[in-house]
Amino acid sequence: MLRNFIRTAAAAAALATTALLAQAQAPAPIKIGFMAELSGPQGALGQDQYDAFMLVVERNGGRLGGVPVQVIREDSQLKPDVATQIVQKLIEKDNVSIITGITFSNVMMAVHKPITEKGVFLIGSNAGPAPIAGAQCSPFQFIVSWQNDNQAEVVGRYATDKGYKRVIGMAPNYQAGKDFVAGFKRMYKGEVIDEIYTPLNQPDFSAELAQVAAKNPDAIYVFYPGGLGVNFIRQYQQAGLLGKIPLLSSSTTDGSTLPAQQAAALGVISGTFWGPDFNNPANRQFVDEFEKKFNRIPSQYAAQSYDAAQLLDSAIAKVRGNMADKNAFRAALKAADFKSVRGNFRFNTNHFPIQDQHIFEVARDAKGRVSLKTIATPLKDHGDAYASLCKM
Amino acid sequence: MTTGLFLTQLLNGVQLGVLLFLLASGLTLVFGIMNFVNLTHGSLYMMGAYFAAAGYNAFDSSFLAAALVAIPGTMLLGFVVERLALATLYTRDHLDQVLATFGLILFFNEVVRAIWGPASVYMNVPQALSGTVSLFGLPYPAYRFAIITVGLLVGLALYLVIHRTRVGMLIRAGASNPQMVSALGVDIKGLNSLVFALGAGLAGLAGLMAGPIVSVQSGMGEPILILTLVVIVTGGIGSIRGAFYGALIVGIVDTIGRAFLPMLLREFLERSVAQAMGPAIASMLIYLLMAAVLALRPQGLFPVRHG
Repeated sequence: MLRNFIRTAAAAAALATTALLAQAQAPAPIKIGFMAELSGPQGALGQDQYDAFMLVVERNGGRLGGVPVQVIREDSQLKPDVATQIVQKLIEKDNVSIITGITFSNVMMAVHKPITEKGVFLIGSNAGPAPIAGAQCSPFQFIVSWQNDNQAEVVGRYATDKGYKRVIGMAPNYQAGKDFVAGFKRMYKGEVIDEIYTPLNQPDFSAELAQVAAKNPDAIYVFYPGGLGVNFIRQYQQAGLLGKIPLLSSSTTDGSTLPAQQAAALGVISGTFWGPDFNNPANRQFVDEFEKKFNRIPSQYAAQSYDAAQLLDSAIAKVRGNMADKNAFRAALKAADFKSVRGNFRFNTNHFPIQDQHIFEVARDAKGRVSLKTIATPLKDHGDAYASLCKM
Repeated sequence: MTTGLFLTQLLNGVQLGVLLFLLASGLTLVFGIMNFVNLTHGSLYMMGAYFAAAGYNAFDSSFLAAALVAIPGTMLLGFVVERLALATLYTRDHLDQVLATFGLILFFNEVVRAIWGPASVYMNVPQALSGTVSLFGLPYPAYRFAIITVGLLVGLALYLVIHRTRVGMLIRAGASNPQMVSALGVDIKGLNSLVFALGAGLAGLAGLMAGPIVSVQSGMGEPILILTLVVIVTGGIGSIRGAFYGALIVGIVDTIGRAFLPMLLREFLERSVAQAMGPAIASMLIYLLMAAVLALRPQGLFPVRHG
């Protein structure tokens, strides 16, 4: 009996020592939830976001800011109710301190409050709807991409600069479509002679394109993301309009749609904050590594997510992995002390970026691939129209 | 609004109508002869488009290869699906048929996602047809013109088969009174399989023609299926004439409505209200038309002639 007792006591002591030793040596990894659209036709965007984020994490040996991180990958399937459930699971079951990704604005509107009211940091790397840039802003949000209207505003300014007098606006008939046309009109000083809104699931634009041809405007501005954009560009070219009426766009010709549009998109103008041909060292490293690893040209969605990872890398390093002090972490994030792939980057009072907005033309790059070429920078150090509404 | 624009939009409507006719003819025959609600028809259209894209990309961008893969491929697929999954359902309740064919829709959507991935697949318009023709002073894509031509030729061919051949006579008889046809000693099961395969082939042709214009993706069959159902209800179930005229009516009403209703509303209403209401009402027009037809003439506008 005594021998039994000694044996049990020795085993318990050994277990206790190993447990204590293990705890003392390994710092608990920081858990980061990554949620984006990873399935369906829009899955290409979320996949770019994920691949670019993990590029930074894996380059640093599974660490950000010198601290090991565990990235939990989730698919919101473009369903706001599914996204809300995932966020609940990430926060309550997985104990994440940061959630990043969020591709679509309707998902962002559903999960913004559930994340920020629990004191979890939301590092958005795509959707930037107006309400969260304005009245519904939260100190726990940091959006590294753009505010949705920006990509339309820069094209509106470009259209004014080019002297187009009569423009037709065209977009799908839902909130984002209307927001983009409104953003274009905010900076365009000419006349929008018509606004055409097509049903969201209508893949054939023959009727609308015939109208455009008949009205013969100086230019046409469109917003058709994803598969709709591929259809539109191809049908625009098939209708013989490609060389005749200048086509200005937002989110219609980008890294996710160009592989399908190819030569049909040559000459199309678009506006956003980043292009793969930017010549700063951070961007060249990003583009080279991304192309080598994934064998495709990165889209702007990858660039946004890459910067999100770099931002976290810098902020976590500043607080030395201590996620308990939220105010210190927030200050570290706000400092945005990293080399962005887009060049100039700093946060506005509503934690949205202040950055330059550029105009791109679809053209062949040095390797003969269809890509984006920077041709102008109409808006420098540009914030957004809603920052004044944010009481932070 | 010029005559040129109106005529161009009319042509666009005819083009949509012709594509719908290819689908509606198969669906209406299956519904009429076999009394079978076949929701899988949209999925056959999708499979036709996928086969066409696969053939196109595998054989060095050849549209002919795409056609040779798509049409026989879809006919074979239709035949297999009918033998394996649907043959047991002919005697069952319509609701059972809806459930089973709806399940097949989900099945096919996942199958294409498993084989070709979630992103869309693309094929290009054949080189010879990639230009435009100048119609009424406006450029019109040559390829869409080709679609109209093909569709009308198929319509003519179907008319000749249905009205001038023995098989066509059996099909018309089967649409009128299937029990009597069976009682007269005709192999009704063989006839059913033939009709199904023919419908599948037409759906495959529609998928092949639509492939270069729209993006080929999982779930592309459902919107077209809904339109096709509207067509056969409006035109008259079981009637090829009904499918033809119904498809043209639906195609033209939808296109002209989308093109000119917002403009018309702007004459009466304030601009922002017209802008909001225009697209909404335009997309409802064909359903309003179907509701009116059902209320006033429930058997359809061009029903099968009985007796």
